[in-house]
Order: sequence, then C-alpha cells, then structure tokens
Amino acid sequence: MSDQPPEQELDALGKRLREARGKTEDVSPESEDKNQPAANALSLAFRVGVELVSALAIGVAIGWLLDQWLDTRPWLMLVFIFLGGGAGILNVYRMARGFGYAVGYQREDDSGDDEPPDSGTRN
Amino acid sequence: MEIGNLDVSFTNSSAFMVLTVISISAFLILGMRRNALVPGRWQSMVELSYIFIANLIKDTVGSGGRPYFPFIFSVFMFILVGNLYGMVPYSFTFTSHIIVTFVMALVVFVGVTVIAIVKHKMRFFTLFMPPGVPMAMAPLLVPIEIISYLSRPISLSVRLFANMLAGHTLLKVFAGFVISLGMFGVFPLAFVVALTGLEIVIAMLQAYVFTILTCLYLNDALHLH
Repeated sequence: MSDQPPEQELDALGKRLREARGKTEDVSPESEDKNQPAANALSLAFRVGVELVSALAIGVAIGWLLDQWLDTRPWLMLVFIFLGGGAGILNVYRMARGFGYAVGYQREDDSGDDEPPDSGTRN
Repeated sequence: MEIGNLDVSFTNSSAFMVLTVISISAFLILGMRRNALVPGRWQSMVELSYIFIANLIKDTVGSGGRPYFPFIFSVFMFILVGNLYGMVPYSFTFTSHIIVTFVMALVVFVGVTVIAIVKHKMRFFTLFMPPGVPMAMAPLLVPIEIISYLSRPISLSVRLFANMLAGHTLLKVFAGFVISLGMFGVFPLAFVVALTGLEIVIAMLQAYVFTILTCLYLNDALHLH
C-alpha cells in the first residue's frame, strides 16, 4: 500500500478507472463479431430444427389466414408453404454462415456473395 | 375465477412466477442492502450477475444498448430463476409452458420492431428488400424475408419451451422406471441423477441463449444493416 491518505488513493483509483473505461467506451459490436458459442452439437442441431420448422409454421399460418380472408382456399396456402420452407432454409443458411439471425443482413466488406440471390433460387 | 369471459384464475404457473419475482427482488435488494465497497459473498453474487449481463450487452450490442439494460437483465433473471425453481422437486416450471415463453418472445419481438421503426423510420423496410437486388426478385424475396422475420418469436419461444418440457418429461419417464424395474431400478436412478445435473446446465444455458438472442435482435434494430 502506498502512504497516501485513503481518500486520495480512491480518487486516483477513480481516475484510473475512468481512463480505462474511456478506452472501451464506444465499442461497436462489429469489432467483436457475433460468433455465438455453439454450446454443444445437440443444441446446435436442435436450433436448426426449430428454425426450419418455425418458418414453415409461419408460412402455413399466413397462407391459411389469407385463404380465410380472401376465400381462395387452398391456393395461397400452397404458395405460402413453399415460401415458408424457403424462409426456413434461408434461416438455417444464415445461422450456419454465422450471419446471426438478422433479416437481410449484409456485411459491408463482402457484399459479393450475399444470400438474397441465393435464396431466390431455392424454390 | 373469471372476469367477464376471461379466466383469470391464480394458477400454479402464476404462483411460481410471483415466487420468482419475489425471490429475485429479495436477492438483489437484500444483497445490496449493505452496499459495501468491498462486497461480501452475497453482494458479490449480485454484482456478478449485473456485470455478466452488462458485459453481454456491451459485447453484442455495443454502448448503444445500455438504455435497454434493465429490460434484458429482468428477462435473464426471470428465466434463469424460473428454470432453476423448476429443478426443485414438487415445484412447477412455468417456462415449460409455450404461452409463457411465447408472450416473452412476443414482447421482445414487438419491442425490437418498434425500436427499429422509431429509430430508422421508413428505412426499416429496406430490411425486407436489400438494395442491389433485381426488381424481378421482389415478389419472391419479400415474402420470404417477411416470413423469416416473423419466425423469430416462434423460434425464440419454442427453443426455451421445448428444452424445458423435453428435459422434465425425460426426467419423469425415467423416474417412473425406477419403481417398475424393482431391483434393477438403480440403473435408471443413476441415469436420473446424471440427467438432473444436465438439466441444471440446460436451465442456465437456455436463459443465456434467450438473453443473447434478445441482444442480437436489439443489435439488428439499433444498427440496421
């Protein structure tokens, strides 16, 4: 311990803390990329399944509701089942590529191979 | 108990939610009661949970996410304590009900969408039609992107719900074997013991996953790509 009185010591510590904080103050999330740790293979596999099925379920639900509303049973539902499947595959693809879960997510640096054109060819 | 046409009975689920909220409040308030400069054991647990979430937000959202700390911290603590209460024998796991997790996911989803629209106005809708995509693709791309966006709350809620439900069902099924197998019941018993450990890990992990996905969605809303 130094021989300063405690208050002074605390002030010095506070100053050092502020300095250290200043360095990390405005971190942008891009600097530390979002590589979510896949806790284990099982949870990863489970996540893939959930992503796939939930998008399909939403597609079916939208199709069904639109059919109810527009009285076009069963055609819109058939269309939206395929769109939902496409969205599910897109979700899984994004997850596997480490894009996170963002919709329409693009990286500034490699805009060359983005997923939207890819998704279009899927169905 | 009914109000109008609504069934508002005070159920097992509500009882454990109230218990969870009370225990979290007690843990945090009583832990910080002394508010010592050098924390004791209890206080450092409180500070540890605070710092854990604060760092999580800083890493995933950046400094722009700081205003949302209270919400994310509450969500994390609520799910974590609820999951862990579920591990106590004879208790009730409210996170194993799809409606509970779905409402939580819906709150996150609607909140994040509103934040994005308020922050970016009409630019938010370029999310569904990224620039540089040929116009001919739009009829196919836009519905797919919208479905993909709408599937977020479903996958968020189903993940938590299914993990809790599956784990607890498995525990109960194997516990049933213990009695029916008689002397050989020691094998399922050993398995149940191991599974209980795994369940505790899953309880914590799922609370973490729910929280980090909330942070990622928030990040998307704040920094629209």
